[in-house]
Amino acid sequence: MNKTSNRFRHLVWPLVSLALLLLFNAFFTDNFFKIEIKKQDSAQTVQAPAVPDNPPAPGTSWITPENYENSSDSAEAAAKTVDQAGQAAQAAAEPQQAPEKNDGKGVSIFGYYLYGTPIDILNQGAKVMVLAIGMTLVIATGGIDISVGAVMAIAGAIAALLISMLDAGSFPGASMGPAIYWIIPVVAALVLATLAGFWNGMLVAGFGIQPMVATLVLMVAGRGVAQLITDGQIITFDNPGLVFLCNGHALFLPFSVWIVVTMYVVAGLLTRKTALGLFIESVGNNERASRYAGIEARRIKWLTYVICGFCAGVAGLLAASNIKCADSNNAGLYLELDAILATVIGGTSMAGGRFFLSGSLVGAILIQTLTTTMYMKNVSPAIVAVPKAMVVIIVCLLQSPVFRAKVLSIFASKAAKGGVQ
Amino acid sequence: MKKFKFPMRYVPISATILVFFVVYLIGIISFDNFGSPKVFLDLFVDNAYLGIAAIGTALVILTGGIDLSVGSIIAFTSILIAKMIESGCNALWAIALALAIGILFGMLQGWLIHCFSLPPFLVTLAGMFFVRGCGFIVSEESIPIKNDRVFDFIQNDLSITLSKGLHLRFIVMLYIAVLIIAIIFSQRTRAGRSIYAIGDNELAATLMGIPVGRTKIMTYTIAGFCSALAGVVYAIYLKAGNPLNCVGLEMDAIAAVVIGGTLLTGGVGYVFGSLFGVLVLGLIQTLIIFDGRINSWWTRIIVGLLVLAFIFMQNLITKISKSKSKSH
Repeated sequence: MNKTSNRFRHLVWPLVSLALLLLFNAFFTDNFFKIEIKKQDSAQTVQAPAVPDNPPAPGTSWITPENYENSSDSAEAAAKTVDQAGQAAQAAAEPQQAPEKNDGKGVSIFGYYLYGTPIDILNQGAKVMVLAIGMTLVIATGGIDISVGAVMAIAGAIAALLISMLDAGSFPGASMGPAIYWIIPVVAALVLATLAGFWNGMLVAGFGIQPMVATLVLMVAGRGVAQLITDGQIITFDNPGLVFLCNGHALFLPFSVWIVVTMYVVAGLLTRKTALGLFIESVGNNERASRYAGIEARRIKWLTYVICGFCAGVAGLLAASNIKCADSNNAGLYLELDAILATVIGGTSMAGGRFFLSGSLVGAILIQTLTTTMYMKNVSPAIVAVPKAMVVIIVCLLQSPVFRAKVLSIFASKAAKGGVQ
Repeated sequence: MKKFKFPMRYVPISATILVFFVVYLIGIISFDNFGSPKVFLDLFVDNAYLGIAAIGTALVILTGGIDLSVGSIIAFTSILIAKMIESGCNALWAIALALAIGILFGMLQGWLIHCFSLPPFLVTLAGMFFVRGCGFIVSEESIPIKNDRVFDFIQNDLSITLSKGLHLRFIVMLYIAVLIIAIIFSQRTRAGRSIYAIGDNELAATLMGIPVGRTKIMTYTIAGFCSALAGVVYAIYLKAGNPLNCVGLEMDAIAAVVIGGTLLTGGVGYVFGSLFGVLVLGLIQTLIIFDGRINSWWTRIIVGLLVLAFIFMQNLITKISKSKSKSH
């Protein structure tokens, strides 16, 4: 009992903050917790009688319920359409509807998906959650990576550039068709982001440069590189595969949530079911001692930066996919800070030596919930930063041992005085 | 014994000055008029606000901390002044209020950092968000400063005409003055030396009886003041306030300090170096503008590479001096 409570102690304050925030929303925001289950073929069934009379009509009405979600979600992989088709009640309507489906929705493998503010928070928070996973590992070694925002921009830029070249047919592999060749930019972006992480790791672990300084280099230069890749343009794309990453749904939830879950599970297994997690914490605690104990401290550090680069690549793809374009100036701007905040809120110490992946995820969700709450309260996006900063300071204070000691001593002295009187 | 030997601690700052002159020479050789005094003076005019911000950043970095709120405070100060003047307030009061807010905010950050031993990175990061948001609360749009007596006076009467068409503007003089004060402060006063001691080894400084807390809070207060002053200079320079400006300027300031030969771990470097760091950044931008063919995004990449080069050099020097002290 005691052991488990210790294990989850780091989660207490972030979860309490999150709960307070959700409680606030439960009372003061209408429909905050309303989650609807959207069923694609239900709309179809309702509209079905109209099909024979007026073929184009069902198409349009079919899209309408989705319009407020993301009407321009273009197309879906062909395989998914087949699934929807299987569930469709009217087989006769199928041929006419198939193209409409491709065009209108996006969507789920089994025809159902959840829709509502909490789901939206998860979808929008996916970027920071993915970043926070990598950042947690880096911070656990006592380091920091402030270049992830710039790496996101690079990943988004290369993906958008390649997809536009493939669409134009000027890149090998274009013959495979848009349903398949979107994998090329995804892989390229991930490889490039991983290389960026490798570069950071080389500076930190290879040359022994202070992490904050080493990653500052890529932070300053990274956006320049991204601008060079896109030639200063904002490249837009509408490849269904690439757009699906952040706008599509699978198994009831947005696809991006599944990406987060997958990465979290993989990272969790890697760190908690192998010795890697112990090694990381040991390096973060005392690098020299770990080296004497036979741990390849440099290689472990290097690896965390590579993982962080990869995570930044995934986040970059999500960011580009979300807005269907690569904006080198603004993609991932300040997200490194959000990721660090999420990590610290989650109980991971900036000094290294301890890390909590679950805490980081809760931290990321907390930040996103706060942001979304502000938006729903009609607070201007620009001003959202103010309460965000306050929450950050409050959570940091609550987690600071010094602050706790001071507050406790105040209470203690008051209690003592009370006792005397 | 080794009297003739060039002291190791002057190597980075000499390298910065060397880089500055090399880049300047490249400019003079490649382009006509690059060597003209106007270009040189414009370098100061365009970068005076960055230079003043970099002074505060340099002091904070010398204590081993970091200040990320610089850009936001500049934007906030400029928009606050513009808004107050627009609503009919005397410009001097507006400037005084803005400076006071900068000082108080810096003090608050230093207090949080010292009293609750929170990481400077996080506190100033939150400060950055907070002040940026406050700027938007003041006004979400850019406000021009028009027909203000004080600003016109600063613009027209407070500049020294060196020769025809060549003015030493007030903001440049202000920058130089602040720089000289900061250099004297950091090198010749007890508080200045304390900053170095804390940056080198905070525990040792505490044991020696140096008032660590007071010095740290003072440093962040000075940084807040410098950022606010940079904001005032920025408002004078642009004759407008805009809450959107100076996003990421703190990174430029940090880069300038690093290029200026200050070690980011603290305790090593000179405030004077930030001048050349800022000038090198300005020169690179001027070169790219002069050329016109090169994509302006190369600025970021070149600055990144320069930062990298200086970091490598610092690392090398630290290693050499460590091995020396071991051999003695």
